[in-house]
Amino acid sequence: MKKMIQHGLAIVDSPYDEDGKKRTLVNKLLLGLTPSQYLLQAFRNPFNWILAAIFAIGIPILIGRFFFGLAWATSGSNDYPWGLFLGFGLFAMVPLSSSGFQLGTACEIFGRHDLEPIERLALLNGLLGYFFAVMYLLADLGQPWRLPYPMVVSFGPAAVLFLVAWHVATYLSVQVAEVSSAFFEWIGFPAGKRAIRRITLGLTVSGIILSTLHQGALGALFTYAPGKVHPLWYSSSFQWLHFFVSSLPGGLCMVITVSTIAAKTMAWRGDSRFHEKLDKVTVSLAKGACMGIATYITIKLIAIAHDNKWAYLDTGWGQWFMFEIIVGFMLPLTLMTYGVHTRKMNVVRLGAFMTVFGVVLNRVNTAMITFNWKLPHREIPPWREVIISLTIFATYIVVYRFILYRLPILFKWRRQEQEETVPEAVPAPALGRREASSVPVASYSSMTKLD
Amino acid sequence: MKRRNFLKACLIGGTTIALGKTNKGWASGSFEGYPEAMGVLVDTTRCIGCRSCEAACNKEQKLPEPDTSFDDPSVFEHERRPTSKAYTVVNRYQKEQPSGPVYRKVQCNHCNEPACLTSCFVNAYTKTKEGAVIYNSKVCVGCRNCMIACPFNAPGYDYDSATNPIVKKCILCYDTRLKYGKPPACVEICPQEALTFGHRADLIKLAHERIRATPERYVDHVYGEKEVGGTSWLYLAPVGFDKLGFDTTLSNDPIISNVKDFLGMVPMVLSIWPALFSGIHLLAKHEEQGGHGHDTDSNQEDTKP
Repeated sequence: MKKMIQHGLAIVDSPYDEDGKKRTLVNKLLLGLTPSQYLLQAFRNPFNWILAAIFAIGIPILIGRFFFGLAWATSGSNDYPWGLFLGFGLFAMVPLSSSGFQLGTACEIFGRHDLEPIERLALLNGLLGYFFAVMYLLADLGQPWRLPYPMVVSFGPAAVLFLVAWHVATYLSVQVAEVSSAFFEWIGFPAGKRAIRRITLGLTVSGIILSTLHQGALGALFTYAPGKVHPLWYSSSFQWLHFFVSSLPGGLCMVITVSTIAAKTMAWRGDSRFHEKLDKVTVSLAKGACMGIATYITIKLIAIAHDNKWAYLDTGWGQWFMFEIIVGFMLPLTLMTYGVHTRKMNVVRLGAFMTVFGVVLNRVNTAMITFNWKLPHREIPPWREVIISLTIFATYIVVYRFILYRLPILFKWRRQEQEETVPEAVPAPALGRREASSVPVASYSSMTKLD
Repeated sequence: MKRRNFLKACLIGGTTIALGKTNKGWASGSFEGYPEAMGVLVDTTRCIGCRSCEAACNKEQKLPEPDTSFDDPSVFEHERRPTSKAYTVVNRYQKEQPSGPVYRKVQCNHCNEPACLTSCFVNAYTKTKEGAVIYNSKVCVGCRNCMIACPFNAPGYDYDSATNPIVKKCILCYDTRLKYGKPPACVEICPQEALTFGHRADLIKLAHERIRATPERYVDHVYGEKEVGGTSWLYLAPVGFDKLGFDTTLSNDPIISNVKDFLGMVPMVLSIWPALFSGIHLLAKHEEQGGHGHDTDSNQEDTKP
């Protein structure tokens, strides 16, 4: 892509191409390239070859899981009913997706409009994280075609999972609505965007409620297994708070991570606003994350004190717990605080990566590694389970990238007026042609009052 | 904020509250089981490990042929657990002791307040008035939360089936026997009378009576009388229960009581959050009018916590 832009390709960031003609949907989908150009750039990217290799092996195995059953694809263990699909896919993806409601709240409720350059990325990160958590769930459920049963067929309202199911389903639709305003801009449907704009506050508030509850509910799921989760990862009173509070820095740091990767690997896609504000926004996110981590460490220690579990720290499990807390939370807290004060962005970002690692490790620990700590054997996921998990994660990356390349997430969808005030972004000959066709342009901008 | 937006927020909040209200586990509390509930008392001092109960269960429940025959003693080498192919298994403990080995039959204990039932989001489990915990495979989605929740690791999952995997566990022969007042197949076949079928309340009395009559034979505890709120299967043992693979760290409260802290918080969040955050929004909006507008390039210092 970089080379093509150097060779004079105009990136798609408005409904019109450089000649002032309206872009077709196919044109927008192909990023303004011709089909052969598009394929060429796709083949040139070595990362695509890695993805292709993963899909070549992974997709047949994923299909096989539905034909040969869970026993073929996973460990199929009665003692460890939840393996990688849920332990990693569901329990780790969901906290990393709390970014949507947090940035939504900061921008729409607290009026922090300086965070807006990253708001859409955070919303998208939330939507995709949840969506793929549900994909992992579908791979794991014994009878995935019955997933809507708790909504329509049979209700178990006393179950925490019932709450999770309802809230994740509701929240997914809230997030689709929130992200759809970017889609409406891209597709050229301003009425849809206006409609979403009007209900933004309602969507955001319901987002906070639903997120608080189901982030917590995922933790509360483990309070059903008081004897199986290791005491250091278990707290009957505070489990939901541990999960909820750790999801906050998890989501913020995931946005830092994704924005860092996006700014590096698809620099062409971000507009000047994104690139200029990124460091400043990252500092704000890191500050928020630091508060979250500090609170999390505190309530973790309170839980240990509350049930007097100090003795467990002196065991092998205790060392593993200390590793998680120190490398996954305390060290990143120190790094990010230091980085924020000295404005060393690389240190801040390293801290954010480690926090993401810490949150994932915490969930995998709770659901798999320390689960059934009293049983003599530990479950090592078989290779097919690992490959299916990897395949779903690769799909997540592909979809993420597909959307970031196209929808106005990292850049602002330009209105016509703006285009004319920023002539240096447009090749000179095109400018003349646009002036000649000023009538349709004017009529368009008068009928589309993009927000 | 526009009034319409506020009303909308209220409406959304209201519907979610109405939805969330049902999430509270009202029915639980100090439920001590149905009065006429049946149960089985297992006297491990009488069990000789003949595994005829396993064979009877296999036949009654039409389970697949086992890997080795039911009189193969080699299965005792490893501790086993109930699976989708065997609803009950007998394990051997204390084989080095001079008093000889102790055998313990394992199956679903049919709790008074079953963890599987309370954790199931499609309500696939039912505790019948006869005391059995039965399962409706027609609605099961296969999330296996019940297997996570079960403190006795009783439910097994049919991982081999691709099209209709279901949870399989002891149902106290509910469909074929218990419903008609007959004892489960394992009890009927037991040659040692190690298993006694009867009303749970009577069995508790019987168990304590046996301990009182021959205190040297038993430890003074009836496992299942109080554990996790009481179970329909009760056990007597000659040695400490922890030596026979029982989990002696279980609380006397049913599993659901651990979850109540969270369940109780749910309606609170549903009712407080909308007003709280709409209020904060109002405050933030007001402040904004005196200063910076929507997405301006204000150089104001970060104030985010």
